[in-house]
Amino acid sequence: MEYLIIIISAIFVNNIVLSQFLGICPFLGVSNKLSTAVGMSGAVCFVITLATLVTYLLQVYVLAPLNIEFLQTIAFILVIAALVQMVEIVLKKVSPSLYSALGIFLPLITTNCAVLGVALIVVTKEFSFGGEPHMLNLVESLVYALSTAVGYGLAMVLFAGIRETLALNSVPKSFKGVPIALISAGIMAMAFMGFSGLV
Amino acid sequence: MSKLKYTVNGILKDNPTFVLLLGMCPTLATTSSAINGMSMGLATLFVLVLSNIAISAVAKFIPDKVRIPSYIVIIATFVTLLQFLMQAFLPSIYETLGLFIPLIVVNCIVLGRAEAFANKHTVLESACDGIGIGLGFTIALTVLGLVRELLGNLSAFGWKPVEGDGILVFILAPGAFLVLGYLIVLFKKLTGNN
Repeated sequence: MEYLIIIISAIFVNNIVLSQFLGICPFLGVSNKLSTAVGMSGAVCFVITLATLVTYLLQVYVLAPLNIEFLQTIAFILVIAALVQMVEIVLKKVSPSLYSALGIFLPLITTNCAVLGVALIVVTKEFSFGGEPHMLNLVESLVYALSTAVGYGLAMVLFAGIRETLALNSVPKSFKGVPIALISAGIMAMAFMGFSGLV
Repeated sequence: MSKLKYTVNGILKDNPTFVLLLGMCPTLATTSSAINGMSMGLATLFVLVLSNIAISAVAKFIPDKVRIPSYIVIIATFVTLLQFLMQAFLPSIYETLGLFIPLIVVNCIVLGRAEAFANKHTVLESACDGIGIGLGFTIALTVLGLVRELLGNLSAFGWKPVEGDGILVFILAPGAFLVLGYLIVLFKKLTGNN
């Protein structure tokens, strides 16, 4: 039951893009076409979950026992950068088809603040999913990370669909491109606010 | 005097928010009021100037292949420094901005300036560029925060001359997207670059 609450809250209620404002750059940057949006969402899903697993273990077994939590920011970003590189190398060898599908999106993910953001949220914020506020354990963290990433993919794919339709309409000259995209995103965020009473 | 043009460029021609459209996450997330927007802008300015100076000074010694990771480590160092300073002297602002202070590390403005400007210019020029871009970002965030605060709460910088409620949605998430969208259009019209 608790996992279900985590999943619904991370995907709909606290959607990472539309209510927490993480990962906006790729959200605006690669949402012109539905196919690239799907590719990017896949890559982000994969990296967020993996990065959360590694940074969680790093925090619990290295940083906390040694009392060097202040190195969190530096340590996490290095781990994420190294991880993205490693994922690239491994994928190239093991699954060339997936590698070419994700292609250019993988290196971009290092500077996607959703990845570092989720890694930091998981180890610093207390959650209360229906019960006492507590820090997440490993399984909860992974469920949270994966569902956040699914929420990211959902917002991205919906938004790409809207933008593909927008491209066919006549938009006032000054609004072309990013401004109209931002305004549509605002309306989408309003729609997602409807979920806020859910959990 | 000639160095001053880098600073002015950063505010108008290369405004990171309205023209380059970089660093959108903190722009949208921390501008629920003018004060918050300004604090976030100044925090980014601090990191940007220091990292620009440091990177332009050491760029010659960094092998080309490892330059991006090296820049990230330099930036992360200054962000950690900023976290310490803010925890010590401005704990309430640090609490409000929360997650978005460590996330300055992955703010594309900072890395973008390192890669596009600091590694091919002198220390002084890079410092001027950092100040300009940082100020441009701060001004943009303050304006965005001010508009949202005015519409959403009928107040400016926490000063509330009239009683009553504003249109709440402008302080919430959707308002951030809407106001930024319209402000970009306005900036384009005013500066005439379409």
